Amino acid sequence: MKIVPVSNIRRYAHKKTIDLSDETLTHKSKFTEFIKNSGDVALFVVNVFRNTFSTEFEFKEFIRQCYAVGNRSLGLISITGIVIGLVLTIQSRPVLVDFGAVTMLPGMVAISIIREMGPVITALICAGKVGSGIGAELGSMRVTEQIDAMEVSSTNPVRFLIVPRVLATTLMIPLLIMYADILGILGSWIASNIKGDVSFVLFITQAFGDVDFMDFIPAVIKSFFFGAVIGLVGCYQGFNAGRGTESVGVAANAAVVMGSLLVILVDLIAVQITDLL
Amino acid sequence: MKNAIIKIENLQKHFGNLEVLKDVSIDLYEGENLVVLGKSGTGKSVLIKCIVRLLDADAGKITVTGEEINHLKSKELDNVRRKIGFLFQSGALYDSMTVRQNLAFPLKRIKKDLSLEQVNAKIEEALENVGLPDAIDKMPSELSGGMRKRISLARTIIVDPLIMLYDEPTTGLDPVTSDEISALINKIKKKYKTSSIIITHDIECVRAVADRIVMLHEGLVYKEGSLSEFEKSKDELIQSFFKNEKHH
Repeated sequence: MKIVPVSNIRRYAHKKTIDLSDETLTHKSKFTEFIKNSGDVALFVVNVFRNTFSTEFEFKEFIRQCYAVGNRSLGLISITGIVIGLVLTIQSRPVLVDFGAVTMLPGMVAISIIREMGPVITALICAGKVGSGIGAELGSMRVTEQIDAMEVSSTNPVRFLIVPRVLATTLMIPLLIMYADILGILGSWIASNIKGDVSFVLFITQAFGDVDFMDFIPAVIKSFFFGAVIGLVGCYQGFNAGRGTESVGVAANAAVVMGSLLVILVDLIAVQITDLL
Repeated sequence: MKNAIIKIENLQKHFGNLEVLKDVSIDLYEGENLVVLGKSGTGKSVLIKCIVRLLDADAGKITVTGEEINHLKSKELDNVRRKIGFLFQSGALYDSMTVRQNLAFPLKRIKKDLSLEQVNAKIEEALENVGLPDAIDKMPSELSGGMRKRISLARTIIVDPLIMLYDEPTTGLDPVTSDEISALINKIKKKYKTSSIIITHDIECVRAVADRIVMLHEGLVYKEGSLSEFEKSKDELIQSFFKNEKHH
């Protein structure tokens, strides 16, 4: 097969007025773009961090965002929490019954939910609901020039739009995770009573008898990181959305995909650190 | 001698390989309505976005009320921006806020010393000026295109700017509403003694508001002059704007 030099393709493309950009022909753009994007993300995070400690804190907007993130996610998180507990219990009970270890069920479920299932699944649900919401909202504000209008009226959009959202997710997602944990344990008790008969007090005593300090604290700490990551990714994608209407969808989608991926990566790092302690 | 409130010298701006503004020099004099005319994609909107530093110029100098804005730091830039009102093409009203909150937003940030009563009085006055006092508690989604433009105009004038920048103020509006917006532009100039740059390709709007016209073509200033000079011009490109409009 005859190999055609790149320069010939370019000349051919020029003659035929086919729009082949340099990027298509050289392949170097992806790496350059990756470096540029990494730099943009780093600058964005630094900018958000710097504005977080500004004297002009937008307290009302922060409360509004806490309400939007927390209260409006309650229904979804309630269902998720109860289902986690139900499924975990229904799946593990037969095996534990076979080994005569059914009394270990509350402790096992509580540890699974508090350490891993509750935080990760709730964070992934929030990456979908909250992250996409933030990405789409800020993206549409960018497309309709609302962010530009804010900037022109001497308002720092990072301080007004980004900081309250990132702080709201950082604070509210750990609370939602704790709420999901409680409902998960409640769901587990309900599932235990479908086939067996165990009082609520006995179930809770058995569950928390096996949970110690080191199960609880790392999970809470990583929940704050999950919240921060979801907020930052959603805000970054929305704030840097393109000018066309399709970029709103792209921003929302990227917020979910990147947010979910980063939640899993943060979890991996957290598990490694906890393992060292 | 006329005093230039905005001075743009040899402005250049490109996006990738596309040179939008090649070498543009324009002055806006105190108290005048300067219309920047040109086909779509000639860099009219880019030009006014460079004036408020929503876009950074690649080369050239922009001076606003004697201050060169190209290298200003954030706080100094905010001080310059406070003198400028910017009417966006889409209106850019904040969707999550009522009309009252939209108008209060810049006011509370730029004029921090105003009491709540004074803020409310200013909001009512601004809405009276644009003829929409009843829209005060409506959400932007409840307003028509023309109403959104007027509310947006009210939000811009509420902070008493020295300079107004209008980005295609009549685009997408019916002829009657377009005429109303043009009349409002003149009213604002008279009442608030503003100096304005109006970006448009709507010739009826040009006829209604222009004190002076600058035409941009292919990133350069193609012609500068009064409305009558433009209307009398035999130049094909200029006539394509004015002739086409007469057929409507």
